[in-house]
Amino acid sequence: MSRVISKPVSETAEEFAISYPLHWKGKVYALVGLTGLLLVVIVFATTLGSAPIPFSTCFQVLFSQVPFVNITPSCPEVFGMPLGVERLEMIILNIRLPRILLAGLVGAALAVAGATYQGLFRNPLADPYLIGVASGAGLGATIAFLIPFTISWMSFGAVPLFAFIGGMGAVALVYSLARVGKTLPTTTLILAGVALGAFLSSITSYLLTICGEKLHGIVFWLLGGLSLTKWAEVWIVLPCILVGIIIIWLHARPLNVMQLDEEQAQQLGINVAKVKLILLGTATLITSSAVCFTGLIGFVGIIIPHAVRLIWGPDHRFLLPLSTLVGAIFLILADTLAHTLLPPTEIPVGVITAFCGAPFFLYLLRRRKGLAFF
Amino acid sequence: MIELSDVSLGYGHRAVLSNINLKAIPGKILGLIGPNGSGKSTLLKGITRVLNVFSGHIFIDGRDIKNIKREELARLIAVVPQNPILPDAFTAFELVLMGRTPHLGLLRYEGREDIAITWQAMEATRTESLAQRRMGELSGGERQRIVIARALTQQPKVLLLDEPTAHLDINHQIEILDLVKSLCLEQSLTVIAALHDLNLAAQYCDWLVMLNGGRTYAEGIPQDVLTAENIKEAYGADVCVYPHPINKLPITLVTAGGNDGYQHRT
Repeated sequence: MSRVISKPVSETAEEFAISYPLHWKGKVYALVGLTGLLLVVIVFATTLGSAPIPFSTCFQVLFSQVPFVNITPSCPEVFGMPLGVERLEMIILNIRLPRILLAGLVGAALAVAGATYQGLFRNPLADPYLIGVASGAGLGATIAFLIPFTISWMSFGAVPLFAFIGGMGAVALVYSLARVGKTLPTTTLILAGVALGAFLSSITSYLLTICGEKLHGIVFWLLGGLSLTKWAEVWIVLPCILVGIIIIWLHARPLNVMQLDEEQAQQLGINVAKVKLILLGTATLITSSAVCFTGLIGFVGIIIPHAVRLIWGPDHRFLLPLSTLVGAIFLILADTLAHTLLPPTEIPVGVITAFCGAPFFLYLLRRRKGLAFF
Repeated sequence: MIELSDVSLGYGHRAVLSNINLKAIPGKILGLIGPNGSGKSTLLKGITRVLNVFSGHIFIDGRDIKNIKREELARLIAVVPQNPILPDAFTAFELVLMGRTPHLGLLRYEGREDIAITWQAMEATRTESLAQRRMGELSGGERQRIVIARALTQQPKVLLLDEPTAHLDINHQIEILDLVKSLCLEQSLTVIAALHDLNLAAQYCDWLVMLNGGRTYAEGIPQDVLTAENIKEAYGADVCVYPHPINKLPITLVTAGGNDGYQHRT
């Protein structure tokens, strides 16, 4: 909620200019606070699993990895057995941490991509999967499951590769179909995306009916999950998503101006066609990178940006970074619940995100009822 | 200064305007009049390069706008559009601040100077008290003033207005055009305004260009352009034109049934 900053009408321009940055203070505090919270959540998430490890030990193990820090973690007893430092580091650093980091990256990517698509399309129903990423990636992954021979690329199977190519390819096709000369009408883009999505999904559905015993694997991928994450996956996804997010952050002001109609944006000096292409391409890239290893995790991309917008307002310069942080925190917590709630079974994380996130979002919506938020 | 030489432009391959020549100078308001569909808005879109000219040249201070980057063009020309979409959730101040966009690169945030300029623009349009209100809560006249403030925040040399008084009550029409007139004189802006109200055009414009069928039909000071013959020819409406009792500028009066088509039917 914005704070009242301009009280007297008689205030001069200079006085106002000095007091205006105070307006941003709350949002800057929120950024700092959420960054801290993200770190705490990461440490907290490492404590949970089949063997509970105390928070302090986890903190020590993680902190000891920071360069120039020398601490030896104290070893707790787990199930009456003392845990050696090596085993402790193995569990925390090689099993739990990559999964947590991937969850954070994917949550951040989906939330930022969702905010970007919603801003570009000026449509509150837009999400990262709107214009074909999901159906393209789904079809790619399904084909990868079904091909009779094996392809491997840098120790990964065909699934992530095919899913990534499918997602990017579908959006590229939608983009070229929707383009009219040099302009890209957003309504045409959405309609082309929905139509191509339906077409690709129909192929996926048909393949599911004939795939036999591979059905379980495919359905689990389509629902999305983060089990069996290794460092290799994190190292591949990390640069793509980080670079993509930074590119999107840099376009926050043009995105604000594009909340007006395109004509006004052009008249305010924005090269609308170029900004659209950059943002669509980047948002699609980070979404495809996010889903290629984890499957189609739903809900994060549509609800997190809305929740952030409800709390902190529509300015994309804060909306985008805040969505990044909230998305990361949210998916880490959801994934932690997914694998600790009913051990040893794992609940698909998409189920958790919708089941826990939707009521909270509805609460926010009720609280802010009557106020325009888009 | 804006100069159009032999300009033809339109949508797709269909020319809406052909062979337009006009000249607008600082400190004066040039009024574009003409019936609906005569190309008033199209002409304004051409000047901001939202539409590219088919042929001819548009010059601003002697430079062809073809050779000016969009960002620089936005520092020279500001527009008050006819029916702008203004997102409800932004505050009025945030919206006016968007006028600084062409002055800031991708990486710079608005500094103290930008905020001071924005505040001055809001003072000039008397919208300071609206600063913290959300756009969705404002009335038509308030929104129009906010958009004019945004245009001033661009610190332009040229101000283009597309039907700035459409949908406004008579008091707000006067308020907006008085504001434009005083800004035009104080900041010696070159103003081009598309207007549909002939009486307002006569009162506020120094020079009128009457468009009809994609061409310049008449051009000159209001007394010369706003004649009963011209209006009948361009608009197809029978009207009476009298001098204003106070300032002798032409006033156009309509009569019920005074329309060509209507008379033929009855």
